[in-house]
Amino acid sequence: MKLEFKIIADLLEENTRILDVGCDDGTLMEFLKKNKNVDIRGIEISKKKVQVCISKGLTVLEGNAEFDLKQFPENSFDYVVLGQTLQAFVNPEIVIKELLRVGKKAIVTIPNFGHWRVRLNLLTKGTMPVTKTLPNDWYNTPNIHMCTIKDFVKFSKTINFKIYKSLALMNKNVSNINNSNLSFKNLFAELGIFLIEK
Amino acid sequence: MNVKENIKTLIVNKPLKLDCGQTINEFPLAYETYGSLNKDKNNAILVFHALTGDQFVTGKNPITNKDGWWSYAVGPNKSIDTNKYFVICANVIGGCMGSFGPSHKNPKTNKSYGTDFPVITINDIVNAQVNLLDHFGIRKLFSVVGGSMGGMQVLQFVSNFPDKTKTAVPIACTASHSAQNIAFNELGRQAITADHNWSKGEYSSNNTIPDKGLAVARMAAHITYLSKKGLQEKFGRKLQERDDLKFGFDADFQIESYLRYQGSVFVDRFDANSYLYITRAMDYFDLAKQFKGNLSNAFIKTNAKFFVISFTSDWLYPTQENKDIVIALNAIGANVGFVEIESDKGHDSFLLDVPDFLSALKNFLDQSYKE
Repeated sequence: MKLEFKIIADLLEENTRILDVGCDDGTLMEFLKKNKNVDIRGIEISKKKVQVCISKGLTVLEGNAEFDLKQFPENSFDYVVLGQTLQAFVNPEIVIKELLRVGKKAIVTIPNFGHWRVRLNLLTKGTMPVTKTLPNDWYNTPNIHMCTIKDFVKFSKTINFKIYKSLALMNKNVSNINNSNLSFKNLFAELGIFLIEK
Repeated sequence: MNVKENIKTLIVNKPLKLDCGQTINEFPLAYETYGSLNKDKNNAILVFHALTGDQFVTGKNPITNKDGWWSYAVGPNKSIDTNKYFVICANVIGGCMGSFGPSHKNPKTNKSYGTDFPVITINDIVNAQVNLLDHFGIRKLFSVVGGSMGGMQVLQFVSNFPDKTKTAVPIACTASHSAQNIAFNELGRQAITADHNWSKGEYSSNNTIPDKGLAVARMAAHITYLSKKGLQEKFGRKLQERDDLKFGFDADFQIESYLRYQGSVFVDRFDANSYLYITRAMDYFDLAKQFKGNLSNAFIKTNAKFFVISFTSDWLYPTQENKDIVIALNAIGANVGFVEIESDKGHDSFLLDVPDFLSALKNFLDQSYKE
């Protein structure tokens, strides 16, 4: 089990309704279903992965979060989870607003483009960074809107949503992000995990 | 041909009030079953057939001696596994495989009903079939499954009997027949009624059938079940048993010959008046309208778990119309999964060997059965 999923699970309350946006092969959904006794649905763009989810007995819709979240009424879910996909959307602002319309709260995780390896990669090689968490070349990456932890914090102020809790994942350690350590975490964390609200 | 012997029939004693206002009494409902009902009676699946289907879902159809219409999906170890589930399928009322239909004798006239048969709806069809649950002592089905018109019956069933099924699988269907759907059905009906032999529906008294008209209806409909790409790949402009064009109106092209064949075998097994009645039932289907334009309200009382399936190349009941069902369900927080299956085989995909579809259906049912 990915550590990221355990952190997400810890942020969620039991007996809640959850939507996993971009649920992939349903690994997180299965984990939450088993461990948190939640009512969980998924939405996934890949037909193949939807099939995998169905074979696991998960309730998943084939669809694109950018268009298909519209069908859910306001506050349909207690939590909406968006794992490492915000950067792949054409319009992340609309997606965040949709997450917070559909869910009372949202959990968003982002691969941190401010990580020192990424920065060093660009500085020394002069080419677009390719790292373990970001394995694609610039021309074939689905990630068209990369951001850093700092960018996301700034984003919350620009488009006006509250960050309830922010966690950094670095070298398999989880730590809190706050105003005083933001620059440090932005340099060393591989992943930012945010619990957000309207 | 000793047809009757091979057809199981339930005589429904409960009067059924039809949407047209008439009430039918003591009417026959022909059905078939596969697999066996378990002790708890919780492994039953009611399968609904499409326009020209019948109760003989799988195995050899004892009347036509051909494979059942859903042999790919239903049988031991198949998607709808008859080792595990008890499968029931009824011939729709209005049909011609033993259930009460226009070819039945009208006791008042001693002739076939013909067009004196009442116009029926999908709602009537489903209300007739629910009697099978009482017949088998089934309180709650494990699933209701069907494609095309069968899918419409799935939707109507869940709406009418919200607590009588645990899961529901509407496939390649719609909640409301579109203008295009109605147009194609009307084309078929016009072909039948324009055939001189139809004789205002009284052809059985004349010992004839409107075979030409019925064949044309089938040919036109058959085109709508396939995709342009599928037709092109299978037939292209290939010629039928000839080296060159004959400059005449015989079947020069393979596609012509194929359609003519489809038309000719259809008239041997299907009743023209049934075709009129059943297509009418489909045209009248508008589940949203039954709930004042709000489709969600059709499902508000059910806890059933839905799985909606569409096909990329189906232009008769396109993905968007299937998605409208999903949207209506999500609007009320219902439990619904959805997948669009990649296939070039058009609307007919659900009847054919489409592995992604067959595995999705199997996985959904088997996983849901465990819950």
